[in-house]
Amino acid sequence: MSLLEVEGLRAAYGPVRVLEGLDFSVDEGQKVAVLGPNGAGKTTILRALCGMVDARGRAEFDGVSLVGKRTAEIARRGVGHVPEGRGTFGSLSVEENLRLGAYVRREDVREDLERAYGWFPRLGERRRQAAGSLSGGEQQMLAVGRALMLRPRLLMLDEPSLGIAPIVAKELYRVLGEICDEHGMTVLLVEQNAGLALDFVDHAHVLESGRFALSGEADRIKGDDEVRRSYLGY
Amino acid sequence: MDGIATGSIYAAVALALVLIFRSTGIVNFAQGEMAMFSTFVAWALYEAGVPLGLAVLSTLVLSFVAGMAIERALIRHFEGGEPLTLVIVTLGMFILLNGLAGWIWGFENRGFPSLFSDDAVTVGGVRLSVESLGIVAVLLAVVGLLFLLFQRTKIGLAMRAAALNPESSALLGVRVGTMLMLGWGLAAALGALAGVLVAPRLFLDVNLMGSVLIYAFAAAALGGFDSALGAVVGGWVIGVSENLAGTYVDFIGADLKILVPLGIIFVVLLVRPAGLFGTREVARA
Repeated sequence: MSLLEVEGLRAAYGPVRVLEGLDFSVDEGQKVAVLGPNGAGKTTILRALCGMVDARGRAEFDGVSLVGKRTAEIARRGVGHVPEGRGTFGSLSVEENLRLGAYVRREDVREDLERAYGWFPRLGERRRQAAGSLSGGEQQMLAVGRALMLRPRLLMLDEPSLGIAPIVAKELYRVLGEICDEHGMTVLLVEQNAGLALDFVDHAHVLESGRFALSGEADRIKGDDEVRRSYLGY
Repeated sequence: MDGIATGSIYAAVALALVLIFRSTGIVNFAQGEMAMFSTFVAWALYEAGVPLGLAVLSTLVLSFVAGMAIERALIRHFEGGEPLTLVIVTLGMFILLNGLAGWIWGFENRGFPSLFSDDAVTVGGVRLSVESLGIVAVLLAVVGLLFLLFQRTKIGLAMRAAALNPESSALLGVRVGTMLMLGWGLAAALGALAGVLVAPRLFLDVNLMGSVLIYAFAAAALGGFDSALGAVVGGWVIGVSENLAGTYVDFIGADLKILVPLGIIFVVLLVRPAGLFGTREVARA
């Protein structure tokens, strides 16, 4: 059985339906991306899985249904979510942000802090600074580092490349790749930048107005010029 | 010193206002009446034969629990809605608690015993009452404890985070509702403390906190509604200026001194709307 199994996932903001019934799964240790243009509903998938919008259908994480659960309880089950727009606490220091990531844990917080600084040395140099004073790229690193402090069993990333310099985005994905290889991390990624995402994940779905237009191995999608041109535009 | 002591009481109520404002973004107009009600509870316990110290302590605990209950049962339903709705809800609570206290304990004045002796000590040639010193000491201790709570503990950090960004906090497993309840509980206990400190100086009746709340508002406005340090400094400034103006400016006297905080609120809002220590809100277009 997969770590995350989703069947017929639907979500709506009031009368506006955003997701029209999605089926997918993420296996333990697998990295899966949902690609697609702005407004296709990518962010809504993650928000629906985290109890941040009303969702219908079936979504089971490690055999436990997520539908109807509160956000905090879902996080406590081991779902780390790096939200759209990063959601860092601007007036708190870098270290306080990271410590909050380990809020539900007790042991080894100190080690995990050092581990996060090892992955993202720029955060270590700025540990006493207010998070709001960091650049966009550094804030994204902080958001990722903070989610990893939870020691998540599933890491959900919402457009980590959004609004940061291409070279910084590339570096971020490189570090993410290392972390995942090292820890066999399970990832559900939502990303508009298909090129970056496809180099990072094993499997991808392309979302178009609330439905998957196609799904497949990342390498296959990358190699298919037709698909790239018509769906991913690069 | 007397001004500082009175100011410390204003500061305590102002701190309670700031606590709730920071965590929920609302101004709790019922803060004073909650404190008055708590003071009556302490008085009733004392009258029933409970030693004063124990009566006050149990009142603080009861107020903490009641504050949490109010948040959970009442305020929770209106959170994230129109600010005006919450203003009306807290005003409603103001009237309800005032009436309820009158209905239970009557509307007459009652004496409330002081926690401190009525002796005075001489420090460096200045006579200071033990009560004034005690009040200031209690306030400083409370401020120290709150500082430790918010700056040094995990739960305090989570409370700050929940106030800053509830959604992000929930994603990290912080139960935001619980944090808000704790904030209300702390504010209620703080208010209760201010009530039992001020009651011996005034008389205990249902309007005990009426003027204190206005002074506390002035203190919070002066210091900045989102700054704990500002609340304390603001409280002292208001307490001292009220005292000095009442004593030394002839035409003000005891009757007009309530105008002092109102004047201060007015000037601060004109000159520095965010208060002395408040953060100005900057919104991107």
